[in-house]
Amino acid sequence: MDWNTMLSYDWGAMMPEFIILGTTMILSILDLFWPKHFNRRKLAWLALTGIILACLSLISLLSFETVSILSDTFRLDSFAKAFKLLLLFGAALIILLAEGYEPQEGLREHRGEFYYLFLTALLGAMVMSSSGDLITLFVGLELLSLSSYILVGMRKHDRKSNEASMKYVINGGISTAITLFGMSYLYGVTGSVNLGEMSRTMAAMTDGQLQYIMGLAFFMVFVGVSFKIAAAPFHMWAPDVYEGAPTPVAAFLSVISKMAGFVIILRLFLSLFLTASGDTFGALDFLDKNNIYIASLAGLTIIIGNVVALRQQNLKRMFAYSSIAHAGYLLVAVATLGGGYFLLDTVWFYLMAYVLMNIGVFAVIQLLSSQSGSEDISILAGMGRKSPYLAMAFTVFILSLAGIPGTTGFIGKLNIFLGTFITEPGHFVLAGIMIAGTIVSYVYYFGLLVQVFFRPIHSEKVIKIRPGLHIVLIICVIGTILFGVAPNIAFDFIHDQFGDFTDFISSK
Amino acid sequence: MNVYLLSLLVFSPLLGIVMVALMPKKEERTIKQFGFFGTLPPLFLSFFLCSQYYSGVALSIFDIKLNWIRFGNLEMYDPKLFTVDFELGLDGLSLIFILLTTIISSLAAIASIYIKKEWKGYYLLFLILEIGMLGVFTAENLILFFIFFEMTLIPAFFLIGRWGFLEREKASYSFLIYNGIGSAVLLVAILILFARTGTTNITALTQMMTMGGVSLFAPISGSMKYGLCLAFLVAFAIKLPVFPFHSWMVRVHAEAPPSIVMIHAGVLLKIGAYGIIRFGMGIFPEQYKSLAFTIVLFGVLSFLYGAFLALVQTDFKLVLAYSSISHMGIVMMGLGALNEAGIQGAIFQVISHGLIAALLFFLVGALYERTGTTMLPKLGGLAKSMPIFSGFMLASGMASLGLPGMSGFISEFMVFLGLFKSQPLLAAIGVIGLVLTAVYVLRAVMLMTFGKNDSLIEKEKWDLRGWEFLPTLVLLGLIISVGVYPNLLGGPLQGTIEAMMLALGGR
Repeated sequence: MDWNTMLSYDWGAMMPEFIILGTTMILSILDLFWPKHFNRRKLAWLALTGIILACLSLISLLSFETVSILSDTFRLDSFAKAFKLLLLFGAALIILLAEGYEPQEGLREHRGEFYYLFLTALLGAMVMSSSGDLITLFVGLELLSLSSYILVGMRKHDRKSNEASMKYVINGGISTAITLFGMSYLYGVTGSVNLGEMSRTMAAMTDGQLQYIMGLAFFMVFVGVSFKIAAAPFHMWAPDVYEGAPTPVAAFLSVISKMAGFVIILRLFLSLFLTASGDTFGALDFLDKNNIYIASLAGLTIIIGNVVALRQQNLKRMFAYSSIAHAGYLLVAVATLGGGYFLLDTVWFYLMAYVLMNIGVFAVIQLLSSQSGSEDISILAGMGRKSPYLAMAFTVFILSLAGIPGTTGFIGKLNIFLGTFITEPGHFVLAGIMIAGTIVSYVYYFGLLVQVFFRPIHSEKVIKIRPGLHIVLIICVIGTILFGVAPNIAFDFIHDQFGDFTDFISSK
Repeated sequence: MNVYLLSLLVFSPLLGIVMVALMPKKEERTIKQFGFFGTLPPLFLSFFLCSQYYSGVALSIFDIKLNWIRFGNLEMYDPKLFTVDFELGLDGLSLIFILLTTIISSLAAIASIYIKKEWKGYYLLFLILEIGMLGVFTAENLILFFIFFEMTLIPAFFLIGRWGFLEREKASYSFLIYNGIGSAVLLVAILILFARTGTTNITALTQMMTMGGVSLFAPISGSMKYGLCLAFLVAFAIKLPVFPFHSWMVRVHAEAPPSIVMIHAGVLLKIGAYGIIRFGMGIFPEQYKSLAFTIVLFGVLSFLYGAFLALVQTDFKLVLAYSSISHMGIVMMGLGALNEAGIQGAIFQVISHGLIAALLFFLVGALYERTGTTMLPKLGGLAKSMPIFSGFMLASGMASLGLPGMSGFISEFMVFLGLFKSQPLLAAIGVIGLVLTAVYVLRAVMLMTFGKNDSLIEKEKWDLRGWEFLPTLVLLGLIISVGVYPNLLGGPLQGTIEAMMLALGGR
């Protein structure tokens, strides 16, 4: 590759990534050379500026047509734009959470790393959503995973944090290996790593033997990915890791990392397996034939997540299980392919809702647990009387997670249900499991509200909210209510900007 | 102006919400006053609507329709596909329910004077609850209906759980879970309809289901129609509640603060009846007709079951709770009769029970305030210490057992008139319940008012006083005027019932 080809690429398409990369480098250099006594909390604002700049440059790219650079390894299509927007938005909120994070023993000199590791993880997720071939996808995935392994173990002197990090590394390593193994099969049967080319080969493949191998690859990749999104039966790590990890990192894992998992699922499954032939006559598509497996995992995930959450006393563990359940709801949309009409916008909207409500909840948890040093649900007790505004914000998030009308969570669930019912035969069993899971979730979600409003005050200590957390709470509350009452703002935006995501599969 | 009148009506409690929210927490008196004033704008607006109706204005001029949400990106097929509009509308049936809601809300706000703590939160939730109730009765599409329906659920959960009696949290939980299951069934039914037809407008759906519209994606088969009709019936039967689904409601009646039970028994339970009429009967007349026998059967079961259990209760609140189940059984019997008299009787019974239950629970609230108990064995001799109270108690008891001249008589009479025509056997069994009703009401009222009881020390000035007469007299006045001049309700209902009869194949 000579200099002229390098210059001929439309590098502007990678602008957001470059900005994040640049910010990361500046942050790490500053962290290295600034004197020790200097308060590194300020670096968070620099990181935030980087994310906002990246976001702005992405917005300026929205009107651009689909570009594909670096011999089709990096694509900026509407899918990438839409999900990068969400990733950047979520990451900005999490950086604000991290700014206000203050564990009992302090972060000390690691505070600097704390911020730029978030950025590298974000970069990984962004690369994944833009990847046009398996290698880029995998590199993005690894960048995200390695950064989050370190982030989980950030509290070096905390035993639980170490344990969590260790668990996460081992589990994550295994799942990555399985994914990679699956990918190698895919490469084997198609002879290419470019998603577009692979898709064409797989669509034309009618050899039963090769299809069998393709099936194996599908399962292995799916296993690896379901680890990332914490879907059953590969969810075991989530509660332990969330409990041990610093709260902003737990929020990061449950939101950004999960979103990245869905990005891989959609990228790989929609571009490869949706059109791949599923039988020797080429009459049936692969995903039509095999989505029963995704559907059953979705059902299992919803059941396990909701039922086990009932028995949790630790807030972070409870929300780990709740986030497992939400991954199940999203998998329902994937398994049914949204009935053909409600897939990408549904998943996008639900993830947006999830970013708003879940980060909001984690903000409250962080606030209360750093004040009391405990993560038991009893720290919520009496919040309604002590700080009514915080309690109201928390109520909004919980109602949204429970899917009560008037909140974003309701509209998101509605969308998923529409996708399950619209086809004939409808996925009634799956929808039934989902609605039953929702009812079960009422029990533990409202149990939290009972603590907040009905129980006597836990501790008289006044809750002090740092400005960063204030901003997070305000944005999350406004967003959760706004998109619940007027979801059209989001729907119109996504349909106007991205249409039907038609450039996602075609024009390779 | 006319177009926005309904939205104004539904959201007018917001004014009170803002006023209460701006008050400091400790200002008990002002908050209570503002809370009460907050219920007045909807009350006056509903009176205005009513006067418009009686002066001959067609109610349809108040309909409003604004673009709201569009799901999916299916504009290329049909721009109206999968859209949900913000549409409110009014007909005779909803007008009556609106009036019931605004009147009982205002009176319950007066009864809330007995609330002892955290008035600010109480009135905020109370007014949100009122918005939800008003919205339910005016919503013109299913999604909007569901949103308002759930909007009543959450405030009621907190109101019961925070301000109720001893076992309040358990009551609020079982309220939440039972109603949550009901809403879940309802939501699934609504969304299947939405996904298969692309619309949730009630009028459009009624047309599609009865005439058989074009199916765009996947058809709704005949058996699925049965399933959907059944789902609507079950969801609203939980709300009503009908016999096997009633246990949550007994707890709520016993544990919620009396002012909230006034709303709960007076309006919230009635959403169940409203839903059955609007959706079960309205959208699926064919299927509803073939389920009529089952509906009557469960009606009779509830009627007798409630009456039998009311007979042996020792807590007056529980007597009233079981009597509510029993009276809701009458509603089901009327709705299953499938003829004009039956359906009209059922709607009359809904309104009449709303008024009577509100009155009885207002009296319960007043009684508990004075004696600190509602257990029948501990009460007694009230006729001596509280003669006026006892008089009202007797009057409302008479209304409850259906004394001619009061609203309860008209409705029971019409229901049985209709039922004897269509299901004579079940009607004959049901008549036993009428006798039981008389027995349990008289027993409870007698135990309270007559007899001797030394545990209650006679006090001066214990009787009803001042503002407490307002709710009592208003409710009793309404009960009697409906009983004497039933056309007060019959007029507005005429159009709706005729339309129903037409859809049911008119008998």
